[in-house]
Amino acid sequence: MRTLDHTRKIVQGERLLSIYYTAGYPTLESTLNIAATLEKSGADFLEIGIPYSDPVADGPVIQESSQKALRNGMSLKVLFEQLKPLREQVQIPVFLMGYFNTILQYGVEKFCADCQAVGVDGAIIPDLPLYEYEEMYQPIFEKYGISNVFLVTPQTSDERIRKIDALSTSFIYLLSSNATTGKQLQVEDRSEAYFARIKNMGLSSPIVIGFGISNRETHQKATNYANGAIVGTAFVRVLGKENVAAADISEFIASFK
Amino acid sequence: MSQYQVDDRGYYGPFGGAYVPEMLYPNVEELQNEYQNIIQDPSFREDFVKLLKDYVGRPSPLYLANRLSEKYGARIFLKREDLNHTGAHKINNTIGQILLAERLGKKRIIAETGAGQHGVATATVCALKGLECVVYMGEIDIERQAPNVARMKMMGATVVPATSGSKTLKDATNEALRDWINNPVDTHYIIGSVVGPHPYPDMVARFQSIISEETRKQLVEQTGSSHADHVIACVGGGSNAAGMFYHFLDDEAVNLIAVEAAGHGVNSGESAATTALGREGVLHGSRSILMQTEDGQVIEPYSISAGLDYPGIGPQHAWLFKSGRGTFVSATDDEAMQAGLLLTKLEGIIPAIESAHALAHLEKMTFKGDETVVICLSGRGDKDLDNYMKYFGF
Ligand SMILES: Cc1ncc(COP(=O)(O)O)c(C=O)c1O
Repeated sequence: MRTLDHTRKIVQGERLLSIYYTAGYPTLESTLNIAATLEKSGADFLEIGIPYSDPVADGPVIQESSQKALRNGMSLKVLFEQLKPLREQVQIPVFLMGYFNTILQYGVEKFCADCQAVGVDGAIIPDLPLYEYEEMYQPIFEKYGISNVFLVTPQTSDERIRKIDALSTSFIYLLSSNATTGKQLQVEDRSEAYFARIKNMGLSSPIVIGFGISNRETHQKATNYANGAIVGTAFVRVLGKENVAAADISEFIASFK
Repeated sequence: MSQYQVDDRGYYGPFGGAYVPEMLYPNVEELQNEYQNIIQDPSFREDFVKLLKDYVGRPSPLYLANRLSEKYGARIFLKREDLNHTGAHKINNTIGQILLAERLGKKRIIAETGAGQHGVATATVCALKGLECVVYMGEIDIERQAPNVARMKMMGATVVPATSGSKTLKDATNEALRDWINNPVDTHYIIGSVVGPHPYPDMVARFQSIISEETRKQLVEQTGSSHADHVIACVGGGSNAAGMFYHFLDDEAVNLIAVEAAGHGVNSGESAATTALGREGVLHGSRSILMQTEDGQVIEPYSISAGLDYPGIGPQHAWLFKSGRGTFVSATDDEAMQAGLLLTKLEGIIPAIESAHALAHLEKMTFKGDETVVICLSGRGDKDLDNYMKYFGF
């Protein structure tokens, strides 16, 4: 069985490259193949998006990929079915990222149990607040050894960040700015000052920066201050190209190295 | 504290809360910390009451509809929110929220709108206060509601088409939330109903509670008692109903009836009858009852009335439904249209099609003796003339 300690060790690395993509996009059956290709190409860990009809934290590119995935027939049920052979093909950490309602309807306990069964390491649920997690769901996540990843933004207070740090079992997801997904990171003094402030807090959890990381330059900037950075929209754009092939994926990953 | 009002965690029974991404947490937290202090402050009360009186035209009349009463064999009062400035109850909320936004030092206002009534009410108060106003409206609704789009523009608002998803109210709400995520510091989001993360449902209900506060006083003046046997309101998100019910909630002798839009029929596949068709779920920041697929994808509702085709209801209503305090019923397009025409013929009042849903329920009630009924006439029918004309072929 996979353990969270193992996952945590991996995300403690340096200049990690993590990739987000939407399950069931561009085709229903592409989910697992993409994961395997990403690992081969050198991605360090993955976030697989659970498509949702109303993704309020996402910009147009990821919204469209979600809609397409839903039309393709993707759902959590289908996804867990597809992920059954995950650990025969993929060894790097895998997180599922999705909105709370789809998980609530699936059943939070069943979700955690199925994550454990297929070898998913954790979940990123942007609209599940800290308070509700602690009050209602933490014991379930712990029972199945599933890490719940919290977001931190430039507006999050230090006190709240410390609390998040204490609750985090894999990494803290640091948003590059207050924005929906797909905005190019403005690598300006302001964001660097913010990254530095977080770095200097001496948190015990690894930090991974996401939102607005689209190329080698932004990835390097972000990982000057964090263990890794997550690329989402830029990769989903690649998947949106006609007849996208494994070579396109490896080429994209190589462009970050 | 009433068991039907929000608790100090932001919940109504199991419903409510603030299910927002971390990006919105500081905004929502600021509101949670400040809203009660601000709206209970005497200077706020004074400004609010004065604007409601001098600008909106409150108190709105409580009108004993004689010929309607005769027809149904009950004493039927209409709470005339249709006579408010801009033609609906929506302005009660936007006046309250613009005063709040001012006190929070916000410079920019955003809102979502379906039919355009809340958008117009928001553009109006922004003109009144000279604040920048951006209204998100589904691309399809922009086409359907051209006069309201023109009104908003005349008042200086920018109307931004929501082109994502189904391009209607729920997507306009998503776009407004995305705007707020991207503009967290200077912007206040004026939500148009008793939905959204805590404290919005409570805040909007408090601003709308003027409806029942006045009603109870007016009932005393006109009947010698503040009692009503039945209080009826239509429910889209539920703000006019929340305001209409507010001061009756703890008076269990009052039957509170919420009328949802059944569209072509509850089981037709084209309906907005949330409590009949929905399950518990999370949308737009709160846990409530929601029309959704088995997988938790939100279903696009349908009603002839653009103000009622929302896939959820506010968390307080979900609690009134679940606890049994409220009676939730529905009216179809046809029933509402006939009720709208009936009121026009009997009383010379053309109601908004939303409000006509509340009136339609009278057909299904039986009254014994001299029962008192209050119906919230949430808006006027001017905006719906096109629809009435098409439907009846005038
Ligand atoms: C006249 C009128 N009544 C009712 C509604 C429904 O909203 P709510 O349920 O929040 O009162 C609307 C919404 O646009 C409206 O314009």
